[in-house]
Amino acid sequence: MATSPSAEAPTAPGATAPRPFRVARRRRETKDTWTLELEPLQGDPLAAAPGQFTMLYAFGVGEVPISVSGDSTGPLVHTVRAVGAVTEAICRSKPGTVLGVRGPFGNPWPVGIDVGLDVVIVAGGIGLAPLRPVLYHVLARRDEYGGVALLYGTRTPADILYASELERWRGRFDLHVGVTVDSATAGWRGRVGVVPKLVAGASFDPASTIALVCGPELMMRFTARSLLERGVPADRIYVSLERNMRCGAGHCGHCQLGPTLICRDGPVYRYDEVAAFAEVPEL
Amino acid sequence: METIEAVLRDVPLFGGLTSEDLALLAGCASNVRFEEGERIFRDGEQADAFYVIRHGTVALETFVPARGPVTIETIESGEVLGWSWLFPPYRRHFDAVALTRVRATGFDGSCLRGKCEADPRLGYDLMSRFAQVLIERMRWMRIRLLDVYGYEPVG
Amino acid sequence: MIEPETLEALVVALRNRGYRVLGPTVREGAIVYDDVGSAAELPVGWTDSQDAGSYRLERRDDEARFGYAVGPHSWKQFLLPPRVRLWQAKRRNGGFEVEEEPLDDAPLAFLGVRSCELHAIAIQDTVFLEGRHVERDYAARRKDAFVVAVNCFEPGGACFCVSMGTGPKVGAGYDLALTEILEGGHRLLVEVGSERGGEVLDELPRSAPEDADLEGAERAVSGAATRMGRTLDATDLHGVLARNLEHERWDDVAERCLTCGNCTMVCPTCFCTSIEDVSDLAGESAERVRAWDSCFSLDYSHIHGGSVRRSGRSRYRQWLTHKFGTWHDQFGTSGCVGCGRCITWCPVGIDVTEELAAIRSNKEANDGDD
Repeated sequence: MATSPSAEAPTAPGATAPRPFRVARRRRETKDTWTLELEPLQGDPLAAAPGQFTMLYAFGVGEVPISVSGDSTGPLVHTVRAVGAVTEAICRSKPGTVLGVRGPFGNPWPVGIDVGLDVVIVAGGIGLAPLRPVLYHVLARRDEYGGVALLYGTRTPADILYASELERWRGRFDLHVGVTVDSATAGWRGRVGVVPKLVAGASFDPASTIALVCGPELMMRFTARSLLERGVPADRIYVSLERNMRCGAGHCGHCQLGPTLICRDGPVYRYDEVAAFAEVPEL
Repeated sequence: METIEAVLRDVPLFGGLTSEDLALLAGCASNVRFEEGERIFRDGEQADAFYVIRHGTVALETFVPARGPVTIETIESGEVLGWSWLFPPYRRHFDAVALTRVRATGFDGSCLRGKCEADPRLGYDLMSRFAQVLIERMRWMRIRLLDVYGYEPVG
Repeated sequence: MIEPETLEALVVALRNRGYRVLGPTVREGAIVYDDVGSAAELPVGWTDSQDAGSYRLERRDDEARFGYAVGPHSWKQFLLPPRVRLWQAKRRNGGFEVEEEPLDDAPLAFLGVRSCELHAIAIQDTVFLEGRHVERDYAARRKDAFVVAVNCFEPGGACFCVSMGTGPKVGAGYDLALTEILEGGHRLLVEVGSERGGEVLDELPRSAPEDADLEGAERAVSGAATRMGRTLDATDLHGVLARNLEHERWDDVAERCLTCGNCTMVCPTCFCTSIEDVSDLAGESAERVRAWDSCFSLDYSHIHGGSVRRSGRSRYRQWLTHKFGTWHDQFGTSGCVGCGRCITWCPVGIDVTEELAAIRSNKEANDGDD
């Protein structure tokens, strides 16, 4: 009566074992951050929605969760900041290098469901990467939305991601782009100040706005407060959270935040659903 | 041409003030304009004015040896530029430079201080408004101190 | 009804059907779960004396096969082995090829599964089988597992299944269920829970139960329910814990907790694993291993920049609030089945029922408006 259950185990492809992808292009964004375009060695391209992440594996080194940062209609693109052994190995991967990819995992940004609203995208640091697919999505169907604002803050002018793209977006008359840095260097002629301050000064109609926020947890907390002070309802503010995602499938337990598993229930959350937990120290 | 009172009515800082109070303020105010790159005030100068920015961006700068001028903060439309006129010794601590063409309403500090001393009710009201703006600015500054984008490996 | 000696025939019947038979046996002063070649390896005449931080085997004055509560092992040892290789990869053609580990789907038979443990298996089923992704290794091991459950008549000093509503009488989820009766002659009542369970029973010498047998079985189990070593008020623990994430008791327990993680290792529902990537020195091959992990380790909550839960206080809070509180949010049930292992095997004798009572009593004193 023993049968082989392996054949019918309904595990999603690429959930357990990484699929090999070749680095097709690599571009340096800042001193420590690179953008990689990946194509599968075999099989279908990976379809990931804005806000989802994959587990990216550097052979023999290890695996990390990285959000997709490209246009969801195009190839798989990841923007990676080298902050540890694995991310350093990924950033060193020249075109032709093979990396492993599992996923995509997690739930996307709620783009497409709130057509007609003003869209305020607030990004901090590397947090611009997971939000860039949202901007592509919105700009591709620009007339479905009201006002669209991209507010981006980072540490110094040298840390600005996608600088030439931001420059192009800034030239559009149907998109408000605000860029600010925490700390200026000589010659910087842009804004200096934190990104929550941009929220206070940006023009949008709080009552019919959807806000998408991604960046360090503190930046998101203060940004959310600024949005609430402006009158944006808490249930129209979305944030993307990070914990220790290891398996991606909701099985390993590492990415718990109170009542949720971030890889399964997140990483994108409605702010009012997680605010209370995100603010408990060490939860 | 708009009267200064009408301009002040739209400034968030003065939201809800009575016409009488706005007229008093207007008596100390004038419209000013700075060209891109123009220095609005300079570190060490006597501080006898402050500005409510209506259009444009102003950089608060300081000169750092071996680095040159570094922007500490930028002030934009709707915001207040300059605090040193409030208390002795009425001296500037930073440079202010127009990053774009700037239109602003300038206030004569000693004129305004005189009116506040003569009318403590108005004085308290204005001081509360300035305090609120300062507290908000301090909040932004404190968040910057956290250096949230910095990567410091710990633990 | 079967005789105690018939258990040998049961083991043989299961082996003949291709099962790897696993059951309780005495090893190094404890009753553990391991391969059972013969019913003679069962802990005949042994019992366990348990209390917070204490476990001792003692001789019984009878020949009971299941006269103990639970040991340090649980069935997760076999469904979620402590260490499993997930895949291996080799460098090839400038890239690498990944080969998933063949699944170990040799059918398992568990002999002597307690009611609390049946609930624990059901809880892990929810985690691994009922989400968006199925855990393929767990699914393969779990799929054909044959369960011979046992009703408890000798609860341990740390048991509180009655409080958790998970025992001592087995409910659903078994193929066969045994009730060992000692009064009026040593014998076992066998109940059938599945078709294949019935087929196995058909192969055993047996007799029809009489009223006295049924009454004896009933008394054995209901007696156990009245002799729980611990009790816990489980009413709305989810809410109580959610409202008390900041509570002085967390500081108090942190003074005692060694953050050793023993409680998570012995817990039959704790499912956390780490993903470990290993490579050879030449960098030609690599593999990934899934290994038991514990929320008490610092590395568990590591994100770039450091651990989210640095203090022992926050790690104990994570464990307890997850087990009794947020487990409900995540998986729709409590994560505790009242087996008491975490109490017994805690080296400093921390007792979850005591900790929860302390948190609740403060709640009722200071938080009455909820």
